[in-house]
Amino acid sequence: MRRTRFVAAALFVVAIGGIAFAEGPGDPAAVKSEDGKYFDKEGNPTFKAAADGTVDWYTYSGYRRYHSECHVCHGPDGMGSTYAPALMESVKTMSYPDFLAVVASGRKNVSTAQENVMPALGDNPNVACYMDDIYIYLRARANNAVGRVRPPKKEDKPEAYTLAENSCMGRK
Amino acid sequence: MRNVLIASCLGSVAALAASGAVANDELIKMSQNPKDWVMPAGDYANTRYSKLNQINASNVGKLQVAWTFSTGVLRGHEGGPLIIGNMMYVHTPFPNKVYALDLSKDNQIVWRYEPKQDPNVIPVMCCDTVNRGVAYADGKIFLHQADTTLVALDAKTGKVEWTAKNGDPSKGETGTSAPLVIKDKVLVGISGGEFGVPCHVTAYDLKSGKQVWRAFSSGPDAQVMVDPEKTTELGKPIGKDSSLKTWQGDQWKIGGGCTWGWMSYDPALNMVYYGSGNPSTWNPKQRPGDNKWSMTIFARNADTGMARWVYQMTPHDEWDYDGVNEMILSDQQVNGQERKLLTHFDRNGLAYTMDRATGELLVAEKYDPKVNWTTGVDMNKSSPTYGRPKVVTQFSTEQTGEDKNTKGICPAALGTKDQQPATYSPETQLFYVPTNHVCMDYEPFKVSYTAGQPYVGATLSMYPPSGETHMGNFIAWDNKTGKIVWSNKEPFSVWSGALATAGGVVFYGTLEGYLKAVDAKTGKELYKFKTPSGIIGNVTTYENGGRQYIAVLSGVGGWAGIGLAAGLTEPTEGLGAVGGYAALSNYTALGGTLTVFALPQ
Repeated sequence: MRRTRFVAAALFVVAIGGIAFAEGPGDPAAVKSEDGKYFDKEGNPTFKAAADGTVDWYTYSGYRRYHSECHVCHGPDGMGSTYAPALMESVKTMSYPDFLAVVASGRKNVSTAQENVMPALGDNPNVACYMDDIYIYLRARANNAVGRVRPPKKEDKPEAYTLAENSCMGRK
Repeated sequence: MRNVLIASCLGSVAALAASGAVANDELIKMSQNPKDWVMPAGDYANTRYSKLNQINASNVGKLQVAWTFSTGVLRGHEGGPLIIGNMMYVHTPFPNKVYALDLSKDNQIVWRYEPKQDPNVIPVMCCDTVNRGVAYADGKIFLHQADTTLVALDAKTGKVEWTAKNGDPSKGETGTSAPLVIKDKVLVGISGGEFGVPCHVTAYDLKSGKQVWRAFSSGPDAQVMVDPEKTTELGKPIGKDSSLKTWQGDQWKIGGGCTWGWMSYDPALNMVYYGSGNPSTWNPKQRPGDNKWSMTIFARNADTGMARWVYQMTPHDEWDYDGVNEMILSDQQVNGQERKLLTHFDRNGLAYTMDRATGELLVAEKYDPKVNWTTGVDMNKSSPTYGRPKVVTQFSTEQTGEDKNTKGICPAALGTKDQQPATYSPETQLFYVPTNHVCMDYEPFKVSYTAGQPYVGATLSMYPPSGETHMGNFIAWDNKTGKIVWSNKEPFSVWSGALATAGGVVFYGTLEGYLKAVDAKTGKELYKFKTPSGIIGNVTTYENGGRQYIAVLSGVGGWAGIGLAAGLTEPTEGLGAVGGYAALSNYTALGGTLTVFALPQ
């Protein structure tokens, strides 16, 4: 479990090194899936929402994790608060690697007009192990694929997901 | 030689006692002068009541803005200023500036203090970078900074006299609460329940800042400062290891029970009163047991810190119903008997009336009829569950279990009331209470602990009670009968501390930014004025140059600014009338301003 996290942290450092800014993630349409996780044509994780409201497991899990770890600053449903930005908007102009980098390493925006500080959450398994879930949920919100509600229907939890989750969270 | 030693020892003991007594007497005397507002709640009893009556029910409608002051800070502004003679002390959220204004010189800034703090403390403050105000004693202003530095400033010059470090922000420990000075000690709590902080109240020496005692909310008896025989709950000794026995393993070491609310003090009993917060994590399955002494009213000896009595309101919390709200002390007749009472409006939606000398529970009733997680407290003294709330299975997140969503729990985690303090008028013998009218879904799940990182463990969504059009009420409460006397609807939660006055008027602020005055007897609205930003500060009054003033900080934020900024639900979802659910951001924006009102001359 420790190792998984360190590997992840190392990846983020690489990611920070090489990013251009304000580049949106592009077309969110899912073109392939692996073990219940969907990817767009660029190979970035994305959501899958069926016409009957069924969402992929990651979107659903991201909803839950967001409303535990993120919403006390960023407000309900990715909508922002009086002091932290609306992440459903942020992910529209932010690439997937940018997102991972900011969540893992944090960011400071302190001036006389504002004191916005995003903490580094890369060491927090409750966030780090669910980074893709949260990203996919926010991408779904950004594209109006899910509304301001708990997704009512979801695909089953993939077995590979459970294995990866247990290993990342250090559970047997 | 021996005699000399004894004499000099006696002398210094006497001197110590005298200096303590002097500081104590000074504050009591000053708090009895209605022209001043010398401590955060106005008096030790936390009544937030003023004897001033120039502004009264018949003329309050003519109130005008006398002057305003921008704090230069944008985040949520809780608390309120202190007024001592011609001086006013105004505090701000992070970076925790303090301004000293001379009211006799057109409110000129006499000094300002701005600490240098590591901005990394900002994101470990759970719900905005609020601060609930400063304390005064012995010619000093005491400030509990975000980074947990307790600092004593010379009230005349703003010069730092001493500092003490109350906690470690890298572990998620932060400072938001106002200190309280009792005799020769400065008492202060600590925040960080959502970071697994084991919380405490600490007393520091008024002169030097040296730590005198520290009492934790959970752990071994010595650390909690309880006596197995002499400390009682509902009249019975609590016994040995009363806290440790109610936790599994070492969970108590990251067990929360934070102490970021208000403290009150009874000089005659020499007891200090405060409440402890939620146990960590929010996932009840991860911490089997009653999790003592989280969610507890503490009555401690102010000199020694030892607990005289305790009462746990919400054993084994399953909803984040922090017990930190203020304890209001009143002397009233109950069934023909003069009683020393303590009244407490808890986050869990129950209002408790207790005998503050003994800790006897007299009344426990819902102060919002929508409260549904409990059917009430067992008041049968011979019952094995005496004093415990009866939990409704349908709304028990423990019984519904991990990874399952428990729906429709009222109140929401922000409670029927949060820290925004109520007020008590001895004339009407009513309590005026700012409340939230919000329900929630709550889904607990397993989380792992990392020092200094959020440690929450539940997914929440909040919304107004089904079929309702408003998210707050401002109520008048009878603590002897446990009944609502009148109730005014508010579109948003009322997140401002209230003020009752001898003029028969009660003041409070709203999240849209209105300062409102209502009739103490009927609740009829007599005046309102929209300040520059939403109000989560507490209303204060003072007199200067023969005029009575009403002062309030506006500056929306805090926990109210999180959920309500964007609105809780889509207006189109048809859960009720659209108006009630519209986003707060449609009404107000950020900005810290003190607005001061008076009658026209």
